[in-house]
Amino acid sequence: MNSTQSLISELVSQHGKKRTSLLPILQGVVEQEKFLTEFSMIEIAKALDLPASDVYGTASFYSFLEHKKMGQFIIRVCKTITCDMKGKNQILLAIQDMLKINIGETTPDGKFSLLQTNCLGWCHKAPAMLINDEVFTEVTPEKVREIIGTYMKRND
Amino acid sequence: MADYKMHIMVCGGSGCRASESDKLTQNLDTALQKNGLEEDVQVVTTGCFGFCEKGPVVKILPDNTFYTQVTPEDAEKIVEEHIIKGRQIKHLLYEDPNAKELIPDSKHMDFYKKQVRLALRNCGFINPENIDEYIARDGYAAIGKCLSEMTPEAVIEEIKESGLRGRGGGGFPTGLKWDITRKSEADQKYVVCNADEGDPGAFMDRSILEGDPHTIIEAMAICGYCIGADKGLVYIRAEYPLAIERLKIALDQAREYGLLGEDILGTGFNFDIELKYGAGAFVCGEETALIHSMEGLRGEPTFKPPFPSVSGYNEKPTNVNNVETFANIPVIINKGAGFFSQIGTGSSKGTKVFALAGKINNVGLIEVPMGTTLREVIFDIGGGIKDGKKFKAVQTGGPSGGCLTEAHLDTPIDFDNLIKVGSMMGSGGMIVMDEDDCMVAVAKFYLEFTLDESCGKCSPCRVGNKRLYEILDKITQGKGTKEDLDKLRLLGNVVKDTSLCGLGQTSPNPILSTLDNFYDEYLAHVEDSKCVAGQCKALMQYKIIPDACSGCTLCFRNCPVGAISGERKSPHFIDQSICIKCGVCYEKCKFDAIEIV
Repeated sequence: MNSTQSLISELVSQHGKKRTSLLPILQGVVEQEKFLTEFSMIEIAKALDLPASDVYGTASFYSFLEHKKMGQFIIRVCKTITCDMKGKNQILLAIQDMLKINIGETTPDGKFSLLQTNCLGWCHKAPAMLINDEVFTEVTPEKVREIIGTYMKRND
Repeated sequence: MADYKMHIMVCGGSGCRASESDKLTQNLDTALQKNGLEEDVQVVTTGCFGFCEKGPVVKILPDNTFYTQVTPEDAEKIVEEHIIKGRQIKHLLYEDPNAKELIPDSKHMDFYKKQVRLALRNCGFINPENIDEYIARDGYAAIGKCLSEMTPEAVIEEIKESGLRGRGGGGFPTGLKWDITRKSEADQKYVVCNADEGDPGAFMDRSILEGDPHTIIEAMAICGYCIGADKGLVYIRAEYPLAIERLKIALDQAREYGLLGEDILGTGFNFDIELKYGAGAFVCGEETALIHSMEGLRGEPTFKPPFPSVSGYNEKPTNVNNVETFANIPVIINKGAGFFSQIGTGSSKGTKVFALAGKINNVGLIEVPMGTTLREVIFDIGGGIKDGKKFKAVQTGGPSGGCLTEAHLDTPIDFDNLIKVGSMMGSGGMIVMDEDDCMVAVAKFYLEFTLDESCGKCSPCRVGNKRLYEILDKITQGKGTKEDLDKLRLLGNVVKDTSLCGLGQTSPNPILSTLDNFYDEYLAHVEDSKCVAGQCKALMQYKIIPDACSGCTLCFRNCPVGAISGERKSPHFIDQSICIKCGVCYEKCKFDAIEIV
């Protein structure tokens, strides 16, 4: 059994084999591996006795269940109206300039992916962004360079 | 909280935490210990005060002194000057932006004067991670009263009489919903709290869960008692880590105190709550979609009826209410339906929490009686428009709502009035716009949101909104025609009339309301290729003012596409057919000789 398989069997024993467990299991895999591979979705389907297409259909519905290869740190910049009013585009430019990737891409070393997301509920502290599940608010191009700089140095 | 002489309340809402409020708390504790005051003065980390614009916020009790933008370095000064010597620290006091005077305490701030806090009653007053503080403010008294003195029918009657309507946007009478669920017969029923907040501009549910999680637990248990359910589920966005953490702490404490679990308060009533996490799908705020998502399916809405009250989660009767709706329940039980129904307007009782954002001075959370006017909210409480600019519009109701203008400022806010003027209450987001915001671009923004979030199940929403978006895009590119405006209206109404769920039925509202209220602006885009707000890039032109141009050639040398021509020491000229509107010339010019028209 490889690590994905053992992760899935652990999640299945924790949440149970019911259909209602599908989302928590998908979320559990994404939490560990950052995205869902075809392999992991087929394994989940087998474990829950569901058609693989059904697992894919469910996973692909939700924007936080990535099913394309993602980097270790997924940067999600809020693109909703208040963040846009407060200079979200400058933040995106600063990140793109620093990491040399476009929206939807991953750095060649597999460390960062850059995405946009809809309202994160931080409109009073705009612009906001997420790196994995950590929230950053009132970011400026300077601040964002500093934040990403610290993530670059992380070795976990 | 009785043993201490003074309390320093430090806001621990997410907004203030982002500005180092936890470090401030530590420093305050250290400074108190240094002065031997730790037995007399207590530092309390509270939920959101709502005044996020000027965070971190600190309030000192009993004198109600309200300090804003406090840094960790101010801690020592607060202890030495205010606590020991009793002198207020002037530079930390809030200055009224209109009267330009310092406000000594929160009771005199315009921001709080017009507010009535029911749903937010504990936010900013208690430590949300301590159940005893909630109990000290009548917490869990309502569930006690219900279980020991009232029948489920009597509780439902009280809720009905209060006139409470769902705060998530629909405005359905809460008591009636409970009654229907109660009357649906089944071996298992469920209480669901909808915390899948996702409207652009809304963050009240997060703040309530972060600032007063026990109130939601208590209200859900009351609902369970009324409808005959022993199981509650909170569907919450995974992107709200602090709210989830505090809710988990609160659930553990409630179980430990015997306020959740088996045989609550020795009455034989069982109730427990489980958390379910959303995964980034706005449509899951719709109750049938939310239920499907909890069942492990795609979060697509289904046709109603059957209503969830009859057949919901696992096909069992399910009562779904929004966070803010639940937050009002204990107040109604404790103070009575009469207290609640005397606040508000004829058809909308009680208060409403609004999240102020955009070009407004005091961004943050406020709670006002229904019937308060938009003017009072935006100018008196919100402190008016940022940087002395002119108010242009306020967007209420998120992607389902509309943009209201100056002419609507004196409309008393309630469910029906907002619908009458072409917008809606929604969950309570209010985004304020000034003269620099283009209303066509705003409409396009909301449509882009709907496009992203449409589940794709029904074609009016999936295809219709896409076409609407394309037309709007064409207009902002300067390629629209007057016929396009008629098409927008026609197609918008078709999408509205024929979509399956609330998302599609309301998605054209931002377009229709801006067409109604800002038609001139649309006309200027299509007839004169002009964007009055100067926001639509394709319609902007950079022009050189010949009289101001010294002919220094700086713009000529910096233009990346060679659109600028002219001789040295004579006025230059921008060829509009080549210009890509990058703005480099505008930034580089040292003589302010380039204007945007």
